[in-house]
Amino acid sequence: MCGQDEPKLLLEVQDLTVSFPTSDGLVQAVRGVSFAVERGKTLGIVGESGSGKSVATQTVVGLTRGARISGRALFEGRDLLTASRAELQKVRGKKIGMVFQDPLSSLHPYYRVGWQIMEAVRAHDRVPKAQAHRRAVDLLSLVGIPHAAERVDDYPHQFSGGMRQRAMIAMALALDPSLLIADEPTTALDVTVQAQVLELTKHLQDMLGMAIIMITHDLGIIADTADQVMIMYAGKVMETAGRRDVYYRPHHPYTSGLLNSLPQSGHEGERLVPVRGQPPSLIDPPPGCAFWPRCTFAMPKCRTDPPPLRPLPGSDDHASACWLPLELTGRTGDVVEARQRASAAGGGLALSLNVAGGAGSSAGLGGEAAQ
Amino acid sequence: MKEAPATGPAPETVLSLHGVTKHFPVRAGGLRRRVEAVVHAVDDITLDVGRGETLGLVGETGSGKSTLARCMMRLVDLTAGTLLLDGEDISKLSARQLRPYRRRMQMIFQDPYGSLNPRRRVGSIIGDPFAIHDVADGAERKRAVQELMELVGLNPEHYNRFPAEFSGGQRQRIGVARALALRPELVVADEPVSALDVSIRAQVINLLADLQDELNLTYVFITHDLSVVRHVSNRVAVMYLGQLVEVAGREDLYARPRHPYTKALQSAIPVPDPDEADRTTRAAILGEPPSPIRPPAGCRFHPRCPKAQSLCVAEEPRLEVKFADAADHVTACHFPLADGEQLPAAGSVAAAAPAAVAAGATDRAEAAP
Repeated sequence: MCGQDEPKLLLEVQDLTVSFPTSDGLVQAVRGVSFAVERGKTLGIVGESGSGKSVATQTVVGLTRGARISGRALFEGRDLLTASRAELQKVRGKKIGMVFQDPLSSLHPYYRVGWQIMEAVRAHDRVPKAQAHRRAVDLLSLVGIPHAAERVDDYPHQFSGGMRQRAMIAMALALDPSLLIADEPTTALDVTVQAQVLELTKHLQDMLGMAIIMITHDLGIIADTADQVMIMYAGKVMETAGRRDVYYRPHHPYTSGLLNSLPQSGHEGERLVPVRGQPPSLIDPPPGCAFWPRCTFAMPKCRTDPPPLRPLPGSDDHASACWLPLELTGRTGDVVEARQRASAAGGGLALSLNVAGGAGSSAGLGGEAAQ
Repeated sequence: MKEAPATGPAPETVLSLHGVTKHFPVRAGGLRRRVEAVVHAVDDITLDVGRGETLGLVGETGSGKSTLARCMMRLVDLTAGTLLLDGEDISKLSARQLRPYRRRMQMIFQDPYGSLNPRRRVGSIIGDPFAIHDVADGAERKRAVQELMELVGLNPEHYNRFPAEFSGGQRQRIGVARALALRPELVVADEPVSALDVSIRAQVINLLADLQDELNLTYVFITHDLSVVRHVSNRVAVMYLGQLVEVAGREDLYARPRHPYTKALQSAIPVPDPDEADRTTRAAILGEPPSPIRPPAGCRFHPRCPKAQSLCVAEEPRLEVKFADAADHVTACHFPLADGEQLPAAGSVAAAAPAAVAAGATDRAEAAP
C-alpha cells in the first residue's frame, strides 16, 4: 500500500494553535506550530513539561476535547482538523498508531491482552475472529514477547512493565499504520528495559517502514532515534534541525541551555550550567520571545517582537526562532562570546549578567524575581 | 559542623550498615492474614557512609534502593542487621528513643507534590522541624525559616504562600529547606531531581552541591539516573534485587565496571550525543528484574547475565575486591569483567525471537489489506 510515487511528506502541520478555556483564563498550549513528518523517518519532539509537545500531536489526531483549535494538519493530503469524527476514527489506529507513556493505564485491566489487540484489528478490518487471534499472536511475537501463543491469553497485570509497553506497540502496529506517534514511550520503564524497547522500535521501523513521531524530554533518546528534531518551549517551536545539528550546531539559546544543563561525562563534580528561572505561564505568556526572561542574551527587541522561525544560511532543515545572528551556532566559548557581543550591540545586558559565573542559586533567585 | 565528632569511635564514618535486611510479609486474604510469602526488599547490606562524601545509590525499580533509604533513616524496623550513626547503634531504638537522632539525619523525597501538605503554608511546613524539636518559636522561628528559604534560593517574602503557588523546582527547594532546618549531618535524598525538568534539575543539583560545601553535609543520593549519579557522587553503590552488586569510587566504577549488571546499566543510558549513540549498541541484557518474592538462587542476576555459568546458579557470589582493584572497589560476581571487557552480545531484539519476527513479517505482508 506504500506506493513509490507518493509524496515525501506524510504529515504536514501548519500554524497550529490550541488553547483550553479554564476558570483561570485561556491556556495557550500551542501557539502557531508548523512541522512536517517524512515517510519512514523519525521526527523527535523535545520539550519540558508544558511545552505543548503532547498537546500538539494529540490535537492532530483529534484527542483534545474542548480545545479551541486553528491551523491545518494535512495527513496524506487530508486536513485532520476539519475531518468528521467518523473519518478521524478511520485514520486513528489504521493509519496512525499511538503509544503512550503509561502502559498500565493504556491497557484495560479487565480484558485479556490478546482480546484487546484483536479488538483493535476488528475495529477496522472485518476479519474472522480466528484470523484476528492469529494476528494478535503474530504481533506479540513481532514485538518480542516470548511464548506469544500462550501469553496472548494473559491479562495486563500478568505482564511486566516492559512487556506491557511491547503489547501497546503491538496494538499500535496492528493495522500497519504509516505513522506511529510515541509519546514518552519509555519514560515509565527502567533503563535496561528502555534500551530494549527503543531498540525494538528502531528495528520495527527498519522492517515496516513507518514514520515515527517520538515525543520525549530526554535528549539522549532523541540523539539515538530521531532524523529531524524539533525543540518546543512554551507552546512554540524554538529550533528545528537535523539530529547532528541540534547537538553540535545549536543556534537557539534554549537548545544550548538544555544541552548545557545535562551532566557531561568528563566533567563530573563540576557545577552544571542550568537555565535560570522557570517556564512562563501559558495563560499570560510573555509578548516577545517566550524564552527571553530566562535568556542570558536577551535584547530589548526580544521582549516585544516574537522572533519568527528563520532558516539558517546554507541549510535546508535547520531553522531557529531567535533574533541573534544566524551564523552563531555551537556551544563553544567563542560562540558564547560572539553571542554576548551581538546581544550587547542590540542593547542587551548579556555581558553584565554573564560575568558572575555563579549561575546557580543567584540565577535561581533572579529567575524567581523575574517571574 | 560544630557538634560533629566526640561520640563515635570512627568519626570518619557517619553511617555504618552491617548486614541490614528488610523483608516484607505478603499476607493472604481472609481472617487469619496468614503470611504467604516474603518480599526480600533488602538483603544483607554492609556499607559505610563517610563524612562529607556523597554516596550514590543506583538501581532499577524494585532493586530495594528506596527501602534501603528508609532503613538508613530508621523509618522502618530492620528485619536483621545493625545500623550505627556516628558509632551508636540505632537499629533497635524505639520511635521515642530515636527522636534525638532524627535531628542528625534527614530525608529529601522525590515527589515535590506529594511530600508537601497542600493545606499548610510554606513557612509552617519548613518550620515543622523546629516545632517538633522545640528549638525555636514565634518570631525566632520565623526568622530561622526565612533564613533557610534564602539559603535554598526561595524568596523569604513567600513565607505565607501555599505549596500550590510554587513550581516543581521551587517545591523541591522547600523540601530541601525542611530537611536542612535542624542542620543535619546526613541527608538521604531519594530521587530528589527525578520529577524535575532538565533545565530545573541542574539548578537543584547545583543547590545541593553548594549546600554540601557550605554546611559540610554527607549525602546518600538515590537515583535510577546514572548520569546524575556520576555527576554528583564520590562513591557509587549499585543495587540489584535487594543486594549490592558493586561499590566503587566514581572514576573507578565508570572506567572499570566489574559487574556485568553495572556495565549493562552504563551502556543502556541514552547519551545526548548522536555520534556516540551511533557507535554504541544498546540492550546488552535481556528481560526484566524478577520478583523479589522468589529471588533467583545463586547470583540474583544470573537469569539475565550474558556471562552466567553453572557456578552462578549454584553459589551466591560475595562482595569482595577483584583483580588488583582499589580496596574500596568491591564486586559480587564470580566472573567479573576485566579492564575494557565488553559484554557478550546477547541482547539484540532480532536475536531474541528471530523465527517469530520473520514469521510475523511474512504474515503481515499477506494480511495487509
